[in-house]
Amino acid sequence: MIRFSHVSKSFPGGGSALRDVSFHVPRGEFVFLTGHSGAGKSTILSLLHAHERPTEGEVRISGYSTGALRPRDVSKLRRRLGIVFQDFRLLDSRTAEENVAFALEVTGAPRASIPGRTMRALTRVGLAGKARAYPRELSGGEQQRVAIARAIVNDPPIVLADEPTGNLDERARNGVFQLLRDVHDGGTVVVMATHDLDLVQSYPEGRVVELREGRIVFDSATDGTPEVP
Amino acid sequence: MRLVWREVLLGFRRMPLLSLLSILMIAVSLFSVSLFGLVAINLRHSLSGLAERVEVVAFLLRGTPTETITLAAEDITAFPEVLAVRYVSEDDALERAREELVEFREAYQDLATNPLPASLEIRLRPEFRTSTAAQAVAERLRGYGFIDDVRFGQEWVERLDRIRALAGIVGLATGIAFAFVATVIIGVTIRMTILQRAREIAIMRLVGATDSFIRRPFLLEGALRGLAGGLLALALSWLTLAGFRQMMGMTFTDLVFFTPTEGALLTGFGVVIGLGGSLLSVRRHLREVR
Repeated sequence: MIRFSHVSKSFPGGGSALRDVSFHVPRGEFVFLTGHSGAGKSTILSLLHAHERPTEGEVRISGYSTGALRPRDVSKLRRRLGIVFQDFRLLDSRTAEENVAFALEVTGAPRASIPGRTMRALTRVGLAGKARAYPRELSGGEQQRVAIARAIVNDPPIVLADEPTGNLDERARNGVFQLLRDVHDGGTVVVMATHDLDLVQSYPEGRVVELREGRIVFDSATDGTPEVP
Repeated sequence: MRLVWREVLLGFRRMPLLSLLSILMIAVSLFSVSLFGLVAINLRHSLSGLAERVEVVAFLLRGTPTETITLAAEDITAFPEVLAVRYVSEDDALERAREELVEFREAYQDLATNPLPASLEIRLRPEFRTSTAAQAVAERLRGYGFIDDVRFGQEWVERLDRIRALAGIVGLATGIAFAFVATVIIGVTIRMTILQRAREIAIMRLVGATDSFIRRPFLLEGALRGLAGGLLALALSWLTLAGFRQMMGMTFTDLVFFTPTEGALLTGFGVVIGLGGSLLSVRRHLREVR
C-alpha cells in the first residue's frame, strides 16, 4: 500500500526534514508515527498526499509514485486517501453535511448518491443529529468527527491523520481515536502522526514508527530496528 | 453546472462587499473607456457634418457658352470623387450675395453690371472629403480652358484632416490605456477574492478537486462581474450624456449615444476582461500554491 525507499526531503534554506527513510506498510495496518515536534512525522504525511515531493528516493502509495505526479494525478491520488488534520480544516461557511458532501461533489460522484452516502458517513461518526450544524456550532471533538466523516465518505483504502487528537480534551481525544480504530477495523490502512504516547500504548496492535531528526530510530514491525528495503 | 452556480452564489453571499466593489471597479474603468468612446464617436459625428461642407468651386470665364458648361458638368459628375455638380450662374451668384452678405446689400443693389463670375460647385463623395482628393479634383478642373480659378479652402480642409487624425489617435490611445488599467484592477480584485478563499481552495485540493473544478466558479464569477460592470458602465454613460444634453441646452442637441452593437461591444469587453482577470489570478494562485 505504502512504500518509502531511501527517501530524503530537504527544504530550501530549511535544512533536511527526512534523511534516508525506508519503510513499507502492507494492507490492513494501523501505523503510529511518533517523535518530537520537527522529527519528520508531518513531512512523511505531506509526502504521502503529494503536498511535498521527495528530494531523493521514492514514495509509492496506492500504486502511484509521487515523485513525478502530474497535477491531475495528484487529485486522483487524493480521492483515494482520507486526510485528517489537527486543525480540522472544515469550510466554515458550510454545514457538517455540506462539508462531507463536498468531498463527494469534487470527485464527480453521481448526484443522487451524495445525500445517502453523506448521511451514512455522519452516522458512522455519530453526528447524524448535527448534520445541519455549522462548524462554529460544534465542539472541537465534533468538528474532528466531521473531518473524519469527510475523510471516509469516499471509502478510501488509506486514511492519513496528522495529530488528529492534538487539539482535543481527553474525552474527545478518546472518542476520535476510537473512531480511527473503527475505520481501521473496516479494513482501511491508517497512518497517524502523534506525540501522545498514552494513546500509542493503549493500542498495542498498532505498529509504532519513531522518528528523530528525520530518521527512523525505532520500528515495532521489525523488532525495533529500522526496516531495510 | 448546478454546482458551479451554487458556488458562485455562495461566493457572492459570503463577500457581497468585495463583489460589489469589484463590479464597481469594472464599471468605473469601463465608464472611462466608454466616455472616451462617446467623445470620439461624437467628434467623428460632428466632423463628418463639417466634412460635408468640403466642396470644390470652379469659377468660369465670363462669356462661356452654356452648352460647354453643361457638357463639362456632365464630364465632371463622372469623376470617381464627385457626388454632384451644381451650376451657379452670374445672376444666381449676385442673388445669393445680396441675400447672404447683408452688409453689402446696398452696394450690390446699385450695380450697373454684375461683377460676380458664374461657377460650378462640386460636392465630393464622403470618402473623398480630404485635402488630397480635393487637390486632385482641383488639378483636373484647372485643365479646362474656360475655368478661370479653382478654390476649395485648402488650409481649412487640411486642418480638418489633422483634427480627424489626432482625434482618432487620442481616442485609441486613451481607450487602450484605460482598458489596460481596467484589466489590472479586475485582476487585483479577483486576486483579493481568491486570497480570501485560499483556505477553501487548499481544502478543495486536499479532498481531490482538480484545478479545472476549482477554476470554474471563479471564471463564471469573473465573467458575471464583468457583465454587471459593463451594464453599469453603459447605464452611467447614458445618464452622463443625458445630463450633459440637459445642462448644455440647445448647443449639443445632436449628441449621439452608442449604437446597440457598440453597447453590446462595451458590455462584451467587460465580460472579456472579467474573465481574463480572473483566469490570470486563479492560474497564478493555483501555480503558486501546490
